[in-house]
Amino acid sequence: MSNAQEKVVAPASGGLPTGELLVTTSPHIRGPEDIPRVMWTVVGALLPAGLVGVYFFGYYAFFIVVLSVLAAVLTEAVIQKYLLGQPVSVKDGSAVITGILLAYVLPPGVPWYIPVVGAIFAIGIVKHAFGGLGNNIWNPALAARAFLQVAYPAPINSDWRIIKESGSVLSNITGVDAITQASPLFKEFGGKTYSYVDLLTGRVPGCIGETSVIALMLGGAYLIYRGYVDWRVPVGYIGTVFVLAKLLPARIEAPWANDPIYHVLAGGLMLGAFFMATDMVTSPLTRRGLLIFGIGCGVLTTLIRFYAAYPEGVCYSILLMNTATPLIDRFTQPTLLGSASGGKK
Amino acid sequence: MTTGMKGLKSFQGGIHPPFDGKSLSKDIEIVQFPLPEVAYLYMSQHIGAPAKVVVAKGDVVKKGQKVGEAPGLISANVHASIAGKVTDITFKPHPISGARTQVVVIQREGEDVWAPGLDEPQDAEAMTPDGIRNLIREAGMVGLGGATFPTHVKLSPPKDKTVDAVILNGAECEPYLTCDYRLLMEKTREVIEGLRIVMKCLGCKNGYVGIEANKMDAYERVRALVGHDAHIKVELLEVKYPQGAEHQLVKAILGREFKPTQLPIEAGAVVHNVSTTYAIYEAVKHKRPLIQRVVSITGDGVERPANLLVRVGSPIEPLIKASGLKAEANKVVYGGPMMGIAQPAITDAVTIKGTGGILVMSKAGEWQSHACIRCGKCIEACPYGLNPSYLSILCESEHFQQAMEFNLMECKECGCCTYVCTSRRPIVHLIKTAKYELGRQRARAQEAQKAKEAQKAQAAAPAPVK
Repeated sequence: MSNAQEKVVAPASGGLPTGELLVTTSPHIRGPEDIPRVMWTVVGALLPAGLVGVYFFGYYAFFIVVLSVLAAVLTEAVIQKYLLGQPVSVKDGSAVITGILLAYVLPPGVPWYIPVVGAIFAIGIVKHAFGGLGNNIWNPALAARAFLQVAYPAPINSDWRIIKESGSVLSNITGVDAITQASPLFKEFGGKTYSYVDLLTGRVPGCIGETSVIALMLGGAYLIYRGYVDWRVPVGYIGTVFVLAKLLPARIEAPWANDPIYHVLAGGLMLGAFFMATDMVTSPLTRRGLLIFGIGCGVLTTLIRFYAAYPEGVCYSILLMNTATPLIDRFTQPTLLGSASGGKK
Repeated sequence: MTTGMKGLKSFQGGIHPPFDGKSLSKDIEIVQFPLPEVAYLYMSQHIGAPAKVVVAKGDVVKKGQKVGEAPGLISANVHASIAGKVTDITFKPHPISGARTQVVVIQREGEDVWAPGLDEPQDAEAMTPDGIRNLIREAGMVGLGGATFPTHVKLSPPKDKTVDAVILNGAECEPYLTCDYRLLMEKTREVIEGLRIVMKCLGCKNGYVGIEANKMDAYERVRALVGHDAHIKVELLEVKYPQGAEHQLVKAILGREFKPTQLPIEAGAVVHNVSTTYAIYEAVKHKRPLIQRVVSITGDGVERPANLLVRVGSPIEPLIKASGLKAEANKVVYGGPMMGIAQPAITDAVTIKGTGGILVMSKAGEWQSHACIRCGKCIEACPYGLNPSYLSILCESEHFQQAMEFNLMECKECGCCTYVCTSRRPIVHLIKTAKYELGRQRARAQEAQKAKEAQKAQAAAPAPVK
């Protein structure tokens, strides 16, 4: 409301002092939520996982995140300004999220051009070629990760850094101590098994932002509290992986093959379930649809982990479920009030 | 029954703004506003056919004298709200529909006295339901919550329907508005008496009063007054818009659902709001036609928000100026912020029966709209089970037929979806435009059909001799 101290003068003559009245349709007020508020909150919720990543993987990981964000933001600005002639909307934070998410699903030791190429692909092809924010079919960061996997298999699949046993922050900036397995889910012979505690804190190999379960859950829980994430997606997703990991016959030669807790804590599941599958644009509209979507992601992830060549299935299962989103929407439309209790048509 | 927060009765969906504006005017007592010098009486102050003018230019009319007569069932009479002389019968843009509508202009003259036969105490106890209905119909009663549906129609249910619940709607869920709350506080007995009259008229033994939990004093007052009357139940409702809409109120209180395009009678209920019920009391107990009502003048665009008893057809400029119009005010809305209609100018606008509030807003802005980001908030907020996201996209791209398949016509335009929209999309605006466009298309198709038939008839008939 306006300040009481403000000088207010009732106009002497008829009409309003400013002359014209604003005429718009109702409603005449709006709620507090808008796109920048949602997006920047998501950015904030992503920070803890990134901080842990940088702590364990070193400053080079930080460099990769910054590079990825800069590339995403710049790509969006250039496309909007010079190709589309639209107002530049990078301030809404959505390109920043794409940049962060892309970096988070990259190995900490990737060459510098990988996040740059990935961000250009994510923003240019996956987002703006499909109509920009709101119209993209796939999660831009994940689609870019899938693209990089195919286009640059060597750096994506093998350039991993081991975390130093000391957990030292500083020593890994340039020097690669050892090449080791890409993920705790590495299922070839000789894969190392990690403790639950290491998986929770993030003292495990993996992509920059996917390792710390605690940091990811912290951010995810905050987004659920704020209402930007519907619990049905992460709960449906993680719950399904948990159940199927226990029930399905695993074809993995590892001690954790049928350990549901290990499956839930390891790999990209937490990042995927809280921050990727929950992307509003590429997931279903209704609560029922979101639950189906989450369960679908869980089924596909477990199937890929158990029966496919990849150790990890989060990226592809979410992309596949993104593809199925219009179909899910179609069968989960809201029910018109009064139509369930036999009101006449 | 849907139970909301803290066990209060409620419904699915809806919204509640962090600042609901009630505090601006809720504690300000109703005062009679000085009579207007000129009253402008629209012949269309209700849903249905416009009233037919029954006075002529130059006629001298008394207060409460009929100036417009309902030509059919779905219509309502209009009465002179002041005593004076009919100086003009003309057309003016309607404050709600914008369409040019017939107006009887009365210049105030002489004393403010009722026309003969009016303002006489009546014995409501001895009246038959038909007697009550006739008095209400004669009084030009319409739903004063804003929808302005003719009240006597609500009181004449079809023979195959039974009414087993009459609900007095004291929710007043529209932010800012306080006219119903003030009436509940100041005229408690009269309002409850009005409810009993409606129950008697409908032969219904179950009365309910629904009041939102942010009006505890009104709730206590009504409870104390109703006392041990086993036929009237006072229910506390969750504070949520649109709790006072018929569908949501019936759902909250009776647990019954009916389609958005259906009337509460489908669920065996009749709903009247507080202002209407008070006016019913006045019409039946005192034989006073509907010529005045309480109007909340509120919002951050006025210095001294007020609840004023205003004659129908009063110019709004004096009302707003008396409340201290601020220099930075730039939007004037008939009704509340969720469903109210913005006015193009205050100099020309006058109140109608449905005007329960005039919201004056300061520094009102517009919102930049973006593509839908599919957050789904609109679907959660829609109290009617629609998909506003789809509807807005389909209406924007003018896929009206597809929008119809997604129940476009079931939308009540309550505004919840637009309020919550993260992308700030003008969803209600798009829906209203689509409905208007469809109406035009239908009218055009009908005309074309008629022309075709006329042509056919002409072709079939023998050629006229020239």
